[in-house]
Amino acid sequence: MLLRHTTKEITERSALTINPAKTCQPIGAMYAALGIHGCLPHSHGSQGCCAYHRSALTRHYKEPVMAATSSFTEGASVFGGQANLVQAIDNIFTVYEPEVIAVHTTCLSETIGDDIPQITRKAEADGKIPQGKYVIHVNTPSYVGTHVTGFANMTKAMVDYFAESAGQKIDQINIIPGYVEPSDMEEIKRIAQMMGVRVVMFPDTSKVLNRPQTGKYDMFPEGGVTVEALKTTGDSLATIGLGRLASGPAAQALDTKCNVPCEILDLPIGFKATDRFVDTLRKTLGITVPDIINNERGQLLDIVTDMHQYFYGKKVALAGDPDHLIALTEFLVSIDMWPIHIVTGTSGKKFESRIREITKDSPYTTNVKAPGDMFLLHQWIKNEPADLLMGNTYMKYIARDEDIPLVRMGFPILDRIGHSYFPIVGYRGGMRLLEKILDAILDRQDRDAPEESFELVM
Amino acid sequence: MKALNENIPVECEQIDPQEVKQELLKKYPTKVARKRAKQIIVNKVTEEQEMPEIGANTRTIPGIITQRGCTYAGCKGVILGPTRDIVNITHGPIGCGFYSWLTRRNQTRPDGPDDANFMTYCFSTDMQEENIVFGGEKKLRAAIQEAYDLFKPKAISIFSTCPVGLIGDDVHSVAREMKEKLGINIFGFSCEGYKGVSQSAGHHIANNGIFKNVVGLNDNVKEGKYKINLLGEYNIGGDAFEIDRILNDCEISVVSTFSGNSTYDQFANAHTADLNTIMCHRSINYVAEMMETKFGIPWIKINFIGAAATAKSLRKIANYFENEELKQRVEEVIAREMPEVIKVRDEVRARCEGKVAMLFVGGSRAHHYQELFKEIGMKTISAGYEFAHRDDYEGRAVLPSIKVDADSRNIEELEVHADPERFRPRKTDEQLKKLQDEGFRFKDYDGMMREMADRSLVIDDISQYESEQLIEIYKPAIFCAGIKEKFAIQKKGIPMKQLHSYDSGGPYAGFKGAINFYREIDRMVNSQIWKSIKAPWQENPELAAKYACD
Repeated sequence: MLLRHTTKEITERSALTINPAKTCQPIGAMYAALGIHGCLPHSHGSQGCCAYHRSALTRHYKEPVMAATSSFTEGASVFGGQANLVQAIDNIFTVYEPEVIAVHTTCLSETIGDDIPQITRKAEADGKIPQGKYVIHVNTPSYVGTHVTGFANMTKAMVDYFAESAGQKIDQINIIPGYVEPSDMEEIKRIAQMMGVRVVMFPDTSKVLNRPQTGKYDMFPEGGVTVEALKTTGDSLATIGLGRLASGPAAQALDTKCNVPCEILDLPIGFKATDRFVDTLRKTLGITVPDIINNERGQLLDIVTDMHQYFYGKKVALAGDPDHLIALTEFLVSIDMWPIHIVTGTSGKKFESRIREITKDSPYTTNVKAPGDMFLLHQWIKNEPADLLMGNTYMKYIARDEDIPLVRMGFPILDRIGHSYFPIVGYRGGMRLLEKILDAILDRQDRDAPEESFELVM
Repeated sequence: MKALNENIPVECEQIDPQEVKQELLKKYPTKVARKRAKQIIVNKVTEEQEMPEIGANTRTIPGIITQRGCTYAGCKGVILGPTRDIVNITHGPIGCGFYSWLTRRNQTRPDGPDDANFMTYCFSTDMQEENIVFGGEKKLRAAIQEAYDLFKPKAISIFSTCPVGLIGDDVHSVAREMKEKLGINIFGFSCEGYKGVSQSAGHHIANNGIFKNVVGLNDNVKEGKYKINLLGEYNIGGDAFEIDRILNDCEISVVSTFSGNSTYDQFANAHTADLNTIMCHRSINYVAEMMETKFGIPWIKINFIGAAATAKSLRKIANYFENEELKQRVEEVIAREMPEVIKVRDEVRARCEGKVAMLFVGGSRAHHYQELFKEIGMKTISAGYEFAHRDDYEGRAVLPSIKVDADSRNIEELEVHADPERFRPRKTDEQLKKLQDEGFRFKDYDGMMREMADRSLVIDDISQYESEQLIEIYKPAIFCAGIKEKFAIQKKGIPMKQLHSYDSGGPYAGFKGAINFYREIDRMVNSQIWKSIKAPWQENPELAAKYACD
């Protein structure tokens, strides 16, 4: 057994986290910053943070992930990281020539209290920031929140630094896509395009972290939201933030700063949440939903009605981020699957109550914990087995020990491809999710069926 | 003009490495260029075995994209990561524990279903803001108690992350207190990420901790005629399993491996071995030195990367034990293993001969893997380490002249004396002298540069920018580094082999490992896919309509 020490008996833990269902703020900030065109993320702390985040993101995307670090030594930790950051800014603009450096802090620089705007002003005064280039920053102490918080904070920093209002509304809306994959961001843009909506999406990691093999490497690829586009967000007609935790702060900041009204919706995972997204676009802009979207929606529902017998009553155990889990749980409930165990490492008062709300009419009880960890999830599974697991790659250890099929979703996925190319949002994303769920369930049925009831047609 | 070295391939002969060096430096700000100039060396080894001095183990330059990681990564990830039965608790915010969770591919093979294995778990105190403000010792103490209650492990260790040192949590006193309370071995590491200049400092802190807190605690002498420790072998992709297989066949017993597939008891028992053999000189040579002083165990450098190097290392071990039966046994094993190696090697060599490799990785791998490339006829024209010191480049002869800077002074040097009960010289002075007179070398490591061709470029702590330039200039057939470098290199159309994680492949050590590596490199440098990068219409963009309306 791979997780041979996990006991069925559950004891209260107050201090020890085992097998976390989260990681720290800075990696979320780095991921979001990669969604700005021509941006080099910069980690202000020990070089290990930057190395770890780059490695984790690289393993997940199998793409180049470039970022720099202030490489603190003991001296910098005692005397402050100003000299390191000023030198880093100079070196980065000289050698790598980005348009933007997006600085995020770490537990180290936060604990010693480095003041990033003050250091940036010093760099500017020293002439280290070339004309027309930008250094933006966000505070991302690793001991507060999670990777989702880091993403939300860096996204908010884009508003704080760039959004401005020229007073003249532009016929476009802002979409903050949430902490989702480049494929999901692409799909959200595609839906908006099909509805004839002009969109500024930020951050936007499509064409950054799902790039083609061309035999050429550009450090700053085609994708990412441009600074120019970010500047116009203050004059957009509205903002739609997808995922309360990841997109809420930026959407609200834009409302406060430039009076752009915002709607904060769930991630459009599953037909109900996608319906709300599409309907919000329709109502916000007073447009008709085109047939092509109705067609995609119908196809998604067709899969559910065709294959309902295989979904019905299947127990699912989930781990992931709150924004994903809320939408996913609603989707599973809507197709009569039973999400019985749910953990996230990110704490959020509203999360547990939202899950209870979604599952309140279900004929089963749902265990839910925020913050919880995968050790607890595994213990729950030992007490009440599930038919299906959904979560990141670390869940494969539980899957193997308990012999339960796993559908990979969330972060990180280190051992399969697909997430950067094929979405799980929107109706077509929902179809992909259902395909994955069915493959897992039906492969298991094929494996375990007695010979006489091994089915040709399913 | 001196004849060009035969080891430099024809297509690279015309490239002047000095000019390349200037090219790499010219975009840097003056201060950066000055520092990097010391770390980029055109190799030249004189007949007197002298070579240019290289800058190594110096600070990473802020903002210059580096391969390096931190002290915590070196301590928790590299050295203690592969030990299966210690509960390793990361004391800090969640990230550090999360990122070092199973990501290094250290394989382990528990003795049975009841044997402890915590390697698949991640344990963290997950420090929150209030722990930073009011101190985290209380939470650490509670976490240790909870870990003990749940798992009853033999030992618990604590790894400090950056904020722990800054807020002044005393992990060592918490460890002592809980050790007293629970009656198991509990020890802490002050391996905050900001210490030292790279993960090398973390290796040192980890090894010092194991030496201080564990080695020598178990005096049971295991059976076996020829007992060795294998130091600096981390069982990535099963390397240590292959080495163990070969050593077992030679009837050489491995008392402990530091630290691939290791257990707490192996460390505790390590002082009962009769010879220390060192794979990765960088990460562990000081442990061998301390074990010699304290317990009287001599050490030698060996290398199981490369079939010839493996055979040479086996013979060296056999020579040390001065036993004809063992020497005979070793020859039999080599004779048994080599035919298959030679068969595959020659087959692969026919397709790889003369191709160019570059290796920028680790603290020994960039040297060791040149052996494997050589065996299939490939030439390493540029190489460098990520976190090594000058002795790993220039050999141990340079040790007395290395200046200890402020960053290195922060890393504790243990003062070690002969153990009054456990010190036991393994050889008499006469035996040692006789061996040395016959050409046997103890404590020998000549470093990477002596084995590289003149005019090859040796680059310490290579940056992203320099890697890109090198590839443009030399267009190597393969580039070896780590995960962070992999996809930027491959996007340029150059296959990139990871020599930390082996791209989920391996083992590459020993005889079977050599075969695996030959085949893997053959696959990579001769892959068809690189010929298909351009679509037909990109190859021939001129327009001609076959069917067109008038």
